[in-house]
Amino acid sequence: MIEQVLLVFFHLALVLLLSPLITGFNRVLKARVQTRQGPSLVQPYRDLYKLFRKGMVIPDTASWIFTATPFVLFVTTLLASLLIPTISAHAPLSLYGGVLAVVYLLALGRFFLALGGLDTGGSFGGLGSSREMTISAIAEPALMLAVFTVAIGAGSTNLSTVAQSGLGQSWRFLAPSQMLAFAALFIVLIAETGRIPVDNPATHLELTMIHEAMILEYSGPYLALIEWAAAIKQLVLMTILVNVFFPFGLSVDWSPGPVLLSLVLFIFKLLLLSVVVAAVEVSNAKMRLFRVPELLAIAFVLSALALVSTFLFQG
Amino acid sequence: MWPIRELYSAGLLVYAVAALAGLVAHLRKINRAWIAPLQCYASVTAAALEFTASVGALLSGSEFNWSLSSGIPFIHYGVRLDPLSAFFNLALSLLAACVAIYSVGYLRHGAASRRPSLFCCFLNLMLLSLTLVFTASNVVFFLVAWELMVVSSYFLVITDHESEEARSGGMLYMLMSRGGTGLLYIGFLLLASVAGSMEFQAMHGSGNKLSPTLGVAAFLLLFFGFGVKAGIIPLHIWLPAAHPVAPSNVSALMSGIVIKTGIYGMMRVFFDFYGELPVWAGMLVLVVGVVSALLGVLYALMEHDLKRLLAYHSIENIGIILMGFGSALLFRSFGHPQLAALALVAGLFHTLNHGIFKCLLFLGAGSVLQGAKTRNMEEMGGLIRRMPSTAFYFLVGSIAISGLPPLNGFVSEWFTYQGLLAGFGATPTLTRMAFPIAGALLALTAALASACFVKAFGITFLALPRSENAERATEAPHSMRTGMAILAGACVLLGLGATWFVPIFAPITQQALGVQITQQLVSGNSLLLTAGSVRNGSVSPLMIAIALVALGGVPLVLWLVWGRKSPRVIGPTWDCGLPGLTASNEFTATAFSKPLRMIFAALFRPRREIQAEFDVSRYYPKAIHFESEIQPTFETHIYDPLRVRILAVAARMRRIQTGSIHAYLAYIFVTLILLLIFGVRE
Repeated sequence: MIEQVLLVFFHLALVLLLSPLITGFNRVLKARVQTRQGPSLVQPYRDLYKLFRKGMVIPDTASWIFTATPFVLFVTTLLASLLIPTISAHAPLSLYGGVLAVVYLLALGRFFLALGGLDTGGSFGGLGSSREMTISAIAEPALMLAVFTVAIGAGSTNLSTVAQSGLGQSWRFLAPSQMLAFAALFIVLIAETGRIPVDNPATHLELTMIHEAMILEYSGPYLALIEWAAAIKQLVLMTILVNVFFPFGLSVDWSPGPVLLSLVLFIFKLLLLSVVVAAVEVSNAKMRLFRVPELLAIAFVLSALALVSTFLFQG
Repeated sequence: MWPIRELYSAGLLVYAVAALAGLVAHLRKINRAWIAPLQCYASVTAAALEFTASVGALLSGSEFNWSLSSGIPFIHYGVRLDPLSAFFNLALSLLAACVAIYSVGYLRHGAASRRPSLFCCFLNLMLLSLTLVFTASNVVFFLVAWELMVVSSYFLVITDHESEEARSGGMLYMLMSRGGTGLLYIGFLLLASVAGSMEFQAMHGSGNKLSPTLGVAAFLLLFFGFGVKAGIIPLHIWLPAAHPVAPSNVSALMSGIVIKTGIYGMMRVFFDFYGELPVWAGMLVLVVGVVSALLGVLYALMEHDLKRLLAYHSIENIGIILMGFGSALLFRSFGHPQLAALALVAGLFHTLNHGIFKCLLFLGAGSVLQGAKTRNMEEMGGLIRRMPSTAFYFLVGSIAISGLPPLNGFVSEWFTYQGLLAGFGATPTLTRMAFPIAGALLALTAALASACFVKAFGITFLALPRSENAERATEAPHSMRTGMAILAGACVLLGLGATWFVPIFAPITQQALGVQITQQLVSGNSLLLTAGSVRNGSVSPLMIAIALVALGGVPLVLWLVWGRKSPRVIGPTWDCGLPGLTASNEFTATAFSKPLRMIFAALFRPRREIQAEFDVSRYYPKAIHFESEIQPTFETHIYDPLRVRILAVAARMRRIQTGSIHAYLAYIFVTLILLLIFGVRE
C-alpha cells in the first residue's frame, strides 16, 4: 500500500518535471533549424515559476466555471498520466482505467477548457472553443480506431497490459498494422497538441489561433496551470506513442536497476519523437482550418488500414 | 418477503385515483390551488410504491403473475413483473417521481397552469399506462395500454393547443405512432398465430416457429414498429417536432421513458420472442444504431432551439443503446452468450442512464424556459448568475450525456466500447470489421455530443445575457430544483457506484440469454468494473473520482508555495479596444457550430443569404440581414413525397367515403361476410 502511494508520488514528480522539458526541447530544436538563437531549454520552467507568482486578471463577465477550469484541466490531465506506463510497464493506477479512460479524461479537461473560453464573453474565447471542439471531434474516430487496433492486438484496453504484450516482441512495430496505427496516432498527436500544421502554439493572430484563443483571458497562476496541463497532455500522448509501439527497454517492474535504464531510454525515445514533431513543424506551413479535416481523414484512413491489415495478417 | 404484488397494485391504484380526481375536478370546475399539487404528490407516492415493488422484484428474482379474464377468448388483463419488466418499471418510477416533484412548481406558470387538474389527470393516466405497458403480459392488454399511453401523451403534448406549432407537432406524433402501432398489430398477430395464444409467456421463442419468410416479416414489422416509438432514423421525425412544443415536464418524460417503451418492446422481440436471429438481423440493429447515433448528434449540433437540440440527442442515445443490443444479437448468433450479456448490460445500462440525464436536461431546459421565456439559445446567456442551481444541475447532465468520467454516461459507454472491441476477436469473416468501425463512429458521436453540450451549456448559461428576458431571469422555485437535484444525484451515484449497481442486471441477462455475467463484470473488492475479466480491461469510476479530488492537492501545494501572494484583479474582457464589451460580441450558437456545418456540408446542404444595405461603400454597411438554414434531408426527400402520394390516394378514396351511415353499415356487413367466408374456408 505504502509502496503504491510512493510510486504514485514518484510518477507524479516524473510527469510534472519532465513535461516542460519536452516543450522546451521542441522550442530549442525549432529555433536552431530556423537559425534563431531561441529560448533556453529550461525556459518553460522559468515561465511556469514566473506565472505562478504573477497577479491575475479575472474577466468581470466570468462565472465560477472560469475559475474551476484550470483546476479541472490540470487534475484530469495529471490523472490521465498516472494511467499510462512511462518508465515501467506497470503504471501505478492503470487498473483504474485503461486507454478509454485516458481519452475520456482528456476529453473532460477539454470540455471545461472550452466552457472557460465561452465564459469570458469575448469573441475570441468562443472562436477558440468552437474550433477546438470541432478538431478534437473529428480527430476522435482516427484516435479510437488506432487505439482499438492496438488494443485488439494485445487483447486488452489496459495500457500496462498492452505495453507488456509488446515487450517480448521488440520488432513488432515493423508489422504493417503497427506502422499504420503509429502514423495515424502521430497525426492525431499533431492535431491534439495544437502543433503546426493544425494550430500554432506560438501565435496570437486572431484569425488562426485555436488553443491560444480559448485561454486568451487567463493569466498568472491559472495560466500556469493551463500551460502545464498542455505540456502534460503532450507528454501523455507522446508516451502512449513511444511505449505502445516501441516498448523495448521498458522495465517490467519497479526494481531500481531496470527502471533507471528505462528512464534513460524513455527520455531518449521522447526526445527522438520530439525531433520528428519539430521536423514536421518547421517543414510545413499552417493549414487553413478547413483543410484540417482532410488531414484527419488521412489519419482515419490510416487507422482503418491498420485494422484491415490486422484482419488480414492475424487471421 | 417483499409484498411485491401489493405494492405494485397500490401504485396503480394511486395513479388511477389521482387521474380520476383530476378529471372530476376539471369537469366540475373546482379550481382550488391545492388540487394539482396534491395530484403531483399522489404521483410521487405511486411512483415510490412502484419503485419499491420493482426493486423487490429485481432483488428477489421472483416473478409475479396476475391475470383477470375478460370473458373474451385470448384476452386477459394480465400483468407480469419479470426482471425485464421490473427494470423498466424501476426506471419509469424513478423518473416519474422526480418529474412529479418538479411539476408542483412548474405548473404555476405556462400553458399547463391554465387547466392544472386536467393536466395532472393526463399525467397520471400516462404514468399508469406506461406502467401497464412495461408489465402487461397479454398482447391485447399490452396494445390497449400502448394506445392509452399514446393518447394520454398526445393530450399532454398539445397542452398549449392554442399554438399552431404544438398542434402540428402533436398531430405528427399521433400519426407516426398510429403507423408504428399498425406494424405492431400485424407483427404480434403473426407471432400469436403460431403460439396459439396471446400471452407473452406462450409466445416465448415463437418467432422461430414461424416459416422463415414470415419470421423475417414479423421481426421487421416489430423492429420498425417499436422503432417509430424509439425514434430510430429514419422514423425519427416526430421527436424534434413533438418534444419541444410539449410542456418541459412532459418532454422530460417523453424523452426519458416514453421512447424507451420502444426499447422495451425490442428487448421482448429480440430476446424473448426470438430465441435466435440470423446474423443480418443483428447487423441491421447495429447499423441502425450507428446511423441514428451519428445523424442524431449531427442534427443536434445544428439546433439553437434548446429543446429541439435535446430531442435530437435522444435519437443519438437510442442509437447508442441499439449499438449495444445489435452487438448482443450478433454475439448470440455466433454462440458467445457471455459477450452477448456484456453488450446487453451496456445497452440496458445506457437505457436507464439516458433516461436519467435526459430527463434532468429537459427539466433544466424547462426552468430556463420559464426564466428566460424563450427556447432560442441565441437569446439566452449569463443564466449561471441568475439561476445558479439550475445551471449546476444542467452542467451535471451535460457532463453525463457527453459520456465523460466519472458520471453514469461514461460507464455505459465504456461497456458499449468493450462489447464492440470484443467483437473483433469473437466473430468470423467480415462481420468482425463492423465492430471496430462502429466503435470509431461511437467515438465520433461522443466527441460531437460533448461539442454540442459545450455549445448548449456555454451559450445558454455563460457570459453575458443576450436579451432582456434573459437578463431578468430568476431561479426556479424550490420544488423544481428538488426534482432536478435527485436526478443529478442519480447521475453521480450510478457513475461512482456502478460496481454496486451492475449486479442488478444479473436476472435480466439470465432471462434473456441464460447466462449471468455480472459477477465477472465486477472485481477487486467491488472497486473495478471489468470487460469480462480484469485482463481485458478495467475501470473504476469511484477511484477516478477519488484520484481527481486527491490530485487537487497538487495545484493546492503549488498555490501555497508560490501563488499565495499573487493578487487577483477583476477586469473587463479584452474587447479589441472597442468601447465596452456587449452581448453582441459573444460567440453565438450558430457560429459555434459553423465549422462542423461546413465540414459536414454534404449532409446539411446549408443555405445562407446575406443582404447588406450601404451608403457610400460596401465596406460600411448600415444594416445586414443574415439568413441561414440547413436542409432537413429526411423531411424533404422521404416524408414530403410520401405525404403527397398519401394525399393523392386519399383524394381517390374519397369517393367511397360518402358520409352516409347506411353505406358504412354496408361496408361493415360486406367485410364481416368476407371474413366469415375466409374463416370457414380455412
